[in-house]
Amino acid sequence: MKQFEFTVRDPLGIHARPAGMLVKEAKAFADTVVTITKGGTTVKATQLMKLMSLGVKQGDVVTVAAEGTNEDAAIKAISDFLNNNL
Amino acid sequence: MITIQGKGVSKGIAKGPLYFFQRPDTTVTQKTVTDIEAEKVRLAVAQAASIEQLNILVEKCQEDAGEEMATLFETHAMFVEDEDFVEYITSLIEEESCNAEYAVEQAGEQFSAMFAAMDDSYMQARAADIKDVTKRILNNLLGVVDGGINSDVPVILAADDLAPSETLQLDKSKILGFVTQGGSGNSHTAILARTMGIPAICGAGEALQENYHGRASYIDGETGQLIIDPDALTLAALKEKFEKQQETKRLLETMKGKEDVTLDGKKLLLYCNIGSPEDVAAVQANDGQGIGLFRSEFLYLSASDYPSEDEQFEAYRSVASAMNGKRVVIRTLDIGADKQVDYFDMKKEENPALGVRAIRICLNRPEIFRTQLRALYRASVYGKIAIMFPMITSVWEVKECKRACQSVMNELEAEGIPYDKDTELGIMIETPASIFVAEELAKLVDFFSIGTNDLTQYTLACDRQANNLGKFYDPHHPALLRAIKMAADAAHKAGIWIGICGELGADISMLPTFLAMGIDELSVSPAAVLPVRAAIRQSIAKICTLEMLEC
Repeated sequence: MKQFEFTVRDPLGIHARPAGMLVKEAKAFADTVVTITKGGTTVKATQLMKLMSLGVKQGDVVTVAAEGTNEDAAIKAISDFLNNNL
Repeated sequence: MITIQGKGVSKGIAKGPLYFFQRPDTTVTQKTVTDIEAEKVRLAVAQAASIEQLNILVEKCQEDAGEEMATLFETHAMFVEDEDFVEYITSLIEEESCNAEYAVEQAGEQFSAMFAAMDDSYMQARAADIKDVTKRILNNLLGVVDGGINSDVPVILAADDLAPSETLQLDKSKILGFVTQGGSGNSHTAILARTMGIPAICGAGEALQENYHGRASYIDGETGQLIIDPDALTLAALKEKFEKQQETKRLLETMKGKEDVTLDGKKLLLYCNIGSPEDVAAVQANDGQGIGLFRSEFLYLSASDYPSEDEQFEAYRSVASAMNGKRVVIRTLDIGADKQVDYFDMKKEENPALGVRAIRICLNRPEIFRTQLRALYRASVYGKIAIMFPMITSVWEVKECKRACQSVMNELEAEGIPYDKDTELGIMIETPASIFVAEELAKLVDFFSIGTNDLTQYTLACDRQANNLGKFYDPHHPALLRAIKMAADAAHKAGIWIGICGELGADISMLPTFLAMGIDELSVSPAAVLPVRAAIRQSIAKICTLEMLEC
């Protein structure tokens, strides 16, 4: 398993638009499970509604983890995505 | 032939089948099913249909409404397939042997409640998205068509009257014109029709009967007539008028992409008036150079509670970014008078047009003003936003508005939130008082915009809502035109620009007078852009006179 922490800078937090885009990114790695954790609650990055319901705001720290055959690529893709969009 | 006389509220002629607006019954009851697998198949079919509809909407938005709306519908499509949402529905069908409709409705309630319970107002508002998606799936399960129009061909839409939320949901590509039993020139249907540039008739009354549904009809927004099954003679006359209109439309098309400049080289800014982010599509379709009046009231009128900062921010940001650097003048809240909102809890006034309305509410209730200004300044970095204050009568009001802006900028600065400190500030000139102190006001702001509807009402002491004032309510009254000239002179003396955003701006007979005064900007409904542009391009500013100011 690989993981990293990320601090959200977007003023709206993980709102609908980036959440949807994030789900798309995560779905690209079919054999790898990507999870997002905030404050003890973990959801899969493919669970759009649950992901939004984490209520991640500007300044919040989330932990992104990936487990599976493609975890390195998934971590890189998600990390690039977060840096560019959130 | 049947002729029904109403009041024409949006010009033009349309022909097509008359279609009565349907309010679909989507009440869901729990039923026990025996074939659980069949129910799951029904669900899958409805999901697929929903996704297909949403994908079409996404494409449509990418063409005309902008990326913003497109992404929203993309998200909706993802909601339809959301694993937890679907899992909830299927397990309910399995465990309770219930019908798919019931399971979908339960899931919709469950998940929208989850968002509604969050402590973040943006996420709370997403509950509405879940409800929207739930409704779409339900419609597909029940076989009802949303938007009230289940027709393959475009229609003339008939209704008793349409609620604002209903007009927002209409599939506009299916509508050729409107005819309503009730309503007025200020109703949402009328405003929507003018924005779309299609004819509308209101106040048709009881004569408009539901059994005319499907009949071949003509509506003439000029005469206010609805004609069903016209006889040969009437048909010929209507056809001629219709073809003339089509010809004019074709001619106007050639105006797209052209500059708003007179024959002798005087350039004007030709902007649009809009009432919601949705209208941006019409601005772009008609090649408006910017937005001269974005009425922020829709945010307040369509809600059941004060719209949050984030909600407002999203609306302003979406318009600013869709306009791609072109100027977007956003007017701060202008309610009171004819626009009442329950949750504002306003005292009943004997004379609401002279009461606590618009900027007066904002200055009395700084917390409401602050929320809106924060949203505006936050959105200011996404485009070229200008803020405009309505109903100004005094210099101190403007100073107080500017102080409120400054304190919001200070807050944002301290919070490290980006904003554009050079955001233009302007005022509406719509009271006689503002005319008399225009020179002093002009020194404090970046622009003036004349609201001719209110300025006419206050100058001529004529209630704009009353319909029996007739000849007394004269928007060409020399007193009014002289007032506009005084404002224009004051603006130019101070070196700021002045525009006209009321109905008079689109009145082509007034164009020479405006050119003679040196008016810099005209803000008109999107449908009026091309006709006004055509008139500008045929004018010679140098020979325009102020003769209309004579009594």
